[in-house]
Order: sequence, then C-alpha cells, then structure tokens
Amino acid sequence: MYEIIDKKVLNSAVELMVVRAPFVARRCEPGQFIILRVDEEGERVPFTIADFNREDETVTIIYQIVGHTTEVLSSMKVGDKLCDFVGPLGKASELKKEERVLGIAGGLGAAPLYPQIRKLREMGVECDIIIGSRSEEFIILEESFRGLGCNISIATDDGSKGVKGFVTDILKDKINQGIKYDSVIAIGPLIMMKAVVDITKPLNIPTTVSLNPIMVDGTGMCGGCRVSVGDETKFACVDGPEFNGLLVDFDEVINRQGIYKKEEEHMCKIGLGGK
Amino acid sequence: MANMSLHKVEMKEQDPKIRNQNFEEVALGYTKEEALEEASRCLDCKQRFCVAGCPVNVPIPEFIQAVLDEDFLRAYEIIMSENSLPAVCGRVCPQENQCENKCIRGKKGQPVAIGRLERFVADYVMENYPDKIDKVESNGIKVAVVGSGPAGIACAGELAKKGYDVTIFEALHELGGVLIYGIPEFRLPKDIVRKEIKKVTDLGVKVRKNVVVGRSITIDELIEEGFEAIFIGSGAGLPIFMNIEGENLNGVYSANEFLTRANLMKAYLPDSRTPLIVGQKVAVVGGGNVAMDAARTAKRMGAKEVYIIYRRGEEELPARLEEVHHAKEEGIIFKLLTNPTEILGEDGWVKAIKCIEMELGEADESGRRRPQPKPASEHVLDMDTVIIAIGQTPNPLLRQTTKGLDTHDWGGIIVHEDTMETSKEKVYAGGDAVTGAATVILAMGAGKKAAIAIDKEFTR
Ligand SMILES: Cc1cc2nc3c(=O)[nH]c(=O)nc-3n(C[C@H](O)[C@H](O)[C@H](O)COP(=O)(O)OP(=O)(O)OC[C@H]3O[C@@H](n4cnc5c(N)ncnc54)[C@H](O)[C@@H]3O)c2cc1C
Ligand SMILES: Cc1cc2nc3c(=O)[nH]c(=O)nc-3n(C[C@H](O)[C@H](O)[C@H](O)COP(=O)(O)OP(=O)(O)OC[C@H]3O[C@@H](n4cnc5c(N)ncnc54)[C@H](O)[C@@H]3O)c2cc1C
Ligand code: SF4
Ligand code: SF4
Ligand code: FES
Repeated sequence: MYEIIDKKVLNSAVELMVVRAPFVARRCEPGQFIILRVDEEGERVPFTIADFNREDETVTIIYQIVGHTTEVLSSMKVGDKLCDFVGPLGKASELKKEERVLGIAGGLGAAPLYPQIRKLREMGVECDIIIGSRSEEFIILEESFRGLGCNISIATDDGSKGVKGFVTDILKDKINQGIKYDSVIAIGPLIMMKAVVDITKPLNIPTTVSLNPIMVDGTGMCGGCRVSVGDETKFACVDGPEFNGLLVDFDEVINRQGIYKKEEEHMCKIGLGGK
Repeated sequence: MANMSLHKVEMKEQDPKIRNQNFEEVALGYTKEEALEEASRCLDCKQRFCVAGCPVNVPIPEFIQAVLDEDFLRAYEIIMSENSLPAVCGRVCPQENQCENKCIRGKKGQPVAIGRLERFVADYVMENYPDKIDKVESNGIKVAVVGSGPAGIACAGELAKKGYDVTIFEALHELGGVLIYGIPEFRLPKDIVRKEIKKVTDLGVKVRKNVVVGRSITIDELIEEGFEAIFIGSGAGLPIFMNIEGENLNGVYSANEFLTRANLMKAYLPDSRTPLIVGQKVAVVGGGNVAMDAARTAKRMGAKEVYIIYRRGEEELPARLEEVHHAKEEGIIFKLLTNPTEILGEDGWVKAIKCIEMELGEADESGRRRPQPKPASEHVLDMDTVIIAIGQTPNPLLRQTTKGLDTHDWGGIIVHEDTMETSKEKVYAGGDAVTGAATVILAMGAGKKAAIAIDKEFTR
C-alpha cells in the first residue's frame, strides 16, 4: 500500500498529492509517469510524475478532477493509502544542452513540464515559458517556473490574466519577433499540441510533445496505447509518452482518446461515477 | 481387474446455450465416484509411457493408485512433488499432446483422463483440507524471480521448498501472469488460480507487486542488492499486429487488451469500472487458444455474431481440439482459409473488415501447407469490433535495460538448455520469455529446471 503524505488543492479543479512509493522515487526521471489504482475495484489510471524526492521516497502527482478515479483521489486524506502505484513507466525525456528552449504548457501540462525545465535550467539552458489556461484561477506552477529564472508569458481564454487568446498567439509573436529556439517542448491538451506543431513544423523547429492515450497495463502488453509516429506504430507507455511532435498523427490520437467517452459518461449517469 | 471401458468417464459441462451467456466454468469436474471409476481404467503400467509425455514428469500411475485407495491427500502430495499448480494444469494442459497422448489405453479407445483426475485431486484437497504448510528453514541465500506467471511461480516454489529466501517481482497488481490476465474465468476460475498460487507463496516467498524490472529496478541493481541468483520469467506479452490499413481505428483490440480488460480488470462483471466495448458483430483474427478465448469472451459479453477468421484450414487450427469444439458449440462462426487485408472505418470506428480467400499450397519448412491468396476473392464483412489474436513475442523491456543479456533476433532470451542460464552471470530465464508463446506446463518445467540448477550452484 502507498501512503498519501501530503495533499494540496491548487484550484477548484486541480489537486496535488505526494505519495510514498520507494520503488518509483529512487529511479524516476522527468518525463516518466506512474499508474495507480485507488482500491481493489479501481481502474488503472496513469499520471505524470510532477516531482519526486529520493530521500523521502516520495512522488508528487498533480491531477485534474474529471471522472471517477480523480474524484476518489480528491476525497482521500493525508494518511490514507492507495492500493497500487507502479512506476516509473515510460522513457525519461531526452534533454540536451542547447542555447534556448521554449516550454509551452496548456492547463495541467505545466505539471509534467516543470521537472523538465528544472533539469534544463540545471544544465544551463535558457528557457522561455508560455502558460495557457481557461482563466487566471486555473494557472498552476507559475511561481515555481519563475523560481527557476524563466521568462514567462501567459494566455487565458477569458483574458483574466496575460493575453486574451491561445498559447499559439504568443508563440507566433515570439517567432515574428525573431527569437530563435533550438527546440520546443509542448505539453497540454491534444488540440493545443497539434496547433503548436502546425506552427513549428513548417519552420522545422524540433518539437517534443507528451501524449496521453488511454492505457491499461503501461508495460507494453496490451497495445491499447498505440500511436502512429512517422510510418511506425509506437506504444506510448514504453516508447513514449514523449514523441517527436513533427511526426505524430494527432488526428488518430484524438480519435482514439474518445473511445470510452460514452461509457465514462454513462457510468457517471447510472451512479457509478461520483459518490 | 482394470475397468476396460474404451471411453473416458464423461465430465459434465454446462449446456452450451446457457454457458455462452455466463462466465461460470464450462467443465464441471468429476465427482468422487466418477474419479474412482476413471482411475480404475489405469493399468498401472511398468513402462510408464504417460509419465514420459508429461513435461514435468508427474508420477501419474502412482497418484492414480492413491486415488483408487481413496487417499486423496497422498495423491495430491505425489502430484505436488513435481507440479505445484495441479488445479491449473488439470484444466489447461494440452493433455491430448502430452501425458494422455502417450497413455497405453489410447492405443485402443480413449486414454486415461489424466488431466481430469489431476484436476479432481487438486480441487478435492483444496476443498476438504485446510491449508497445511511445512515451512522450511531458511538458508539465507537471496534469489529474485522476475514475473509471476507459471514459470516464475514454479521456480519460486521449488527454491522456497529448499530453503532459499525468494522474492518475486511482478509488474502488475496481481500474481499469475497469463493465468490471471489472459485465460478467461469460464476456463480457469481466478479463485482457483489465487488459491493455488497462495499455496506456493505461503512457503515463505516474498512478493513485490507493482515493480517493473528494468524500470523500477534493473537486473544489475538486484545483483548489487545482494540477490545471488535471478530468474527471469517475464513471458511473451508483446502483441503482434498485422500492419494492415485501419488497424488503429477505434474498435480494434489486441487479444491481450481485450482479455486483460475482461479478466484482470473484471470488465466481464456488470459493475466493473473498466469499460470494454464489444458491439454486435465481432471478428477475431487468428486460430489459436488465444483467439478461441477472445471469441468466447466476446460472445459472453453480448455480441450477437462472433467470427473466427483464420488463414489456414480446420486441420491447421493451432488451438486445442477441445477449445475449438467448445467454441463451435457456443455458436462461434468459423471463417477458415480467409485472411483480412484491410479494416474499414466510419467516423473513426470499425465498420467492416475486408478479407481475401486463401488456398493451401505446398508444405513449408514447418511441414504446414502455406496459405496463398485466391485471385479476385476479396469480400467485405460488416463488423463493429476486430480482435487481433495472431501471436505475441517477448516484451523488449528487459532486453533493452539489461547489459550482457543475449537474445535472439525475434526477442527470445538465449539460455543454456540444461540449466536455463543466460549469457549474463547469475541470471537464469525460462518460460515464454525464452521459447515464445508456448504452454503453462512447459513454462513451469523451465522454472523448475532453473531452480534445480540454481540450487546445484550453491550446494556443490
Ligand atoms: C501518460 C499519461 C499521463 C497523464 N498524466 C496526467 C496528469 O499528470 N494529471 C492528470 O490529471 N491526468 C493525467 N493523465 C490523464 C488521466 O489519466 C485521465 O484523465 C484519467 O482517465 C482520469 O481518470 P478518471 O477516472 O478520473 O476519469 P475517467 O472517468 O476515466 O474519464 C473522465 C473523462 O476524461 C476522459 N479521459 C479518459 N482517459 C483519458 C486520458 N488518458 N487522457 C485524457 N482524457 C481522458 C474521458 O473520455 C472522460 O471524458 C495522463 C494520461 C496519460 C496516458
Ligand atoms: C489467452 C491465452 C490462453 C492460453 N491458453 C493456454 C492453455 O489452454 N493451455 C496452456 O498450456 N497454455 C495456454 N496459454 C499459454 C500459457 O498461458 C503461457 O505459455 C504461460 O502462461 C507462460 O508462462 P510464463 O510464466 O512464461 O509467462 P506469463 O504467464 O506471461 O507471465 C509473465 C509475468 O511476468 C510479468 N512481467 C513481465 N515483464 C516484467 C518485468 N519487466 N518486471 C516484472 N514483471 C514482469 C508479467 O506481468 C506476467 O505476470 C494461453 C495463453 C494466452 C494468452
Ligand atoms: S501436468 Fe499436464 S502433462 Fe503433466 S500429467 Fe498433469 S495434465 Fe498431464
Ligand atoms: S500409460 Fe495410461 S494406463 Fe499406463 S500407467 Fe499411464 S495412465 Fe495408467
Ligand atoms: S498501456 Fe498497454 S501497451 Fe501501453
């Protein structure tokens, strides 16, 4: 069993949880993820490792409350225990020492982006950050990025903070201003990552994206997480979750992510969803 | 005088029309009277052909004589001396190619129903005798077992019996490998698998679930942590796809995903949290045990029409005869000498499958006649779901993360056949990870062989 050591509410939809998980904490790297089950009847649900502490043997996850599992997580308290917590899964990010990197985070995407930018900063890389979100309330980790000495721009849908518009509006601005990026890391909703790649691809700016297809085992056994990258089929749980965004077939990923939309909604309606 | 009936005592089964709508076990097992009657067909041969046919050499005539004496506990102990999962093997061993294939009674009439008797003994003892365990004193030598399928369980059990301090590392949240996530409830009830595995772990085996060796900890780190030998029984879990157009449409599953959702994640129960969309018309591509299990599961989950699409003929079907027979009784439709060429979609979902008819040509190296497409025989079948069950290969994770572990091009770990030693010092391997997809009993045999070799290393 895996004890919940700490918990914080970041905003009305997003929470942070610190879990003791020795096997995950001692080897995990930025870019990797875990799969957890809240209880014996639970689904296996993946979450990115947002932070870790090797000495305390803890791992931090940040989740958005969207369905049953995340609702149960939200109802749990410090001292409660999760039934299963396996990882680290997936490949670590391939971070290179470059001149200047642009990190783009949409909503919750700031969570997986943060440990990568921290590592890049440790390597001496200049990092600019664009954070996009519905409104000011849903911006997370802004202060943490500032603490790393990054240059931050913000876009919100309603204009409550920063520019009113999308992260891609800021991206275009920066490119028009003539800022040269050696690479871009974009993590957020699929639509956002697709829009970013639509801009960076013609300019041939290397762009890494983090995909979150539906997963079961997370060990390469079921193939449910398969995605098309270039002319190859890759399993996101073992070959990813990060891929060369310029080669990803986003339309396919978006289609496959909707497989269980009806079922999840149905379970909510018949009362299996929220308790 | 032995009972000279030419036929096995029949084992009762659920009616096909009822059972194809539930997940309860199909075959119901022998009663004590039926077991005694069947046991009396054994001739207690001097030349034990049957034993030679069993990959782990279960002392078959000896246990059957104990059954005749109605000393079921002794029968159980005799079986357990060579096979630590008899309730599992009695159900899923391909006996017709192994022990029963060699039984002298099979020369004229049917062989002795060794598998059914093995199952009876295991079930009877599990039901009637409370767990009794003889723990062995520890010798303090630490051994790690990677994977808890039949290979890992057999290796761990054998070493624990000899006093080794064994730890099993398993990636998933339950022990058992394919026995838990692959083979369905109606063929192998999970309750029985759990009970039988518990008997092994109760010998003092430590269990670490949720640990993916290669990611959570590497083989080299295990050695640094003081494990003096390591057995890899990580199976052949990587699904093969066909690489045809439309394979990534919604509604296309690998058999592994379909069966894992149904079994491990219990999607077969109405209140499961894990969804599984089955639809009305399901095509299962492939002709092995895995394909039969997927098809029969789909039928039970409510599909109206379930097809097996296989590119060779009836004779070539690699599945056990009994499973093909059960599938047909349950209404599975066989489209043989047929091969899919494309999966057609609409709005991102499977709509139909395009197939071509095949005919059998010359025999290839394996002696099987090679199927070839018949010209101008393409046709389209409407489907909601396609399940790909054309095979699995070993998962590449351990190969990629372990320096000095030699593997074949197709992914199997290379071992020394007598000892199951790999190219890496202190590391042994066995089961599907070495042979590619095979059988439960071969995996168990390999695990046991490695345990004996490991023990030799420390006792010489
Ligand atoms: C590698 C990886 C890393 C992830 N990291 C995080 C993370 O750090 N924080 C976080 O909040 N979420 C993350 N996710 C997404 C998270 O796993 C899903 O949101 C999860 O399904 C929520 O479970 P639930 O039971 O609460 O909701 P469900 O009832 O399963 O789903 C609720 C809604 O979310 C949709 N959904 C289901 N699965 C996914 C998915 N994989 N991605 C997006 N939407 C989905 C459903 O269609 C449904 O509309 C990650 C996913 C992957 C594959
Ligand atoms: C659907 C289906 C039906 C079958 N029917 C039959 C039948 O009727 N009769 C028969 O004899 N055989 C049957 N088989 C074949 C049989 O189940 C296998 O040959 C047997 O289970 C192989 O055993 P194993 O121990 O080598 O591997 P598995 O049973 O595959 O177990 C491997 C275990 O290792 C774990 N693992 C993998 N990688 C790691 C890692 N890196 N770290 C930690 N753990 C890891 C896996 O999660 C798994 O639990 C069937 C197989 C399938 C899929
Ligand atoms: S283990 Fe399998 S092959 Fe051996 S005797 Fe039992 S059923 Fe036959
Ligand atoms: S070969 Fe058949 S009859 Fe002879 S001992 Fe074995 S099971 Fe009995
Ligand atoms: S989640 Fe099963 S293979 Fe990736």
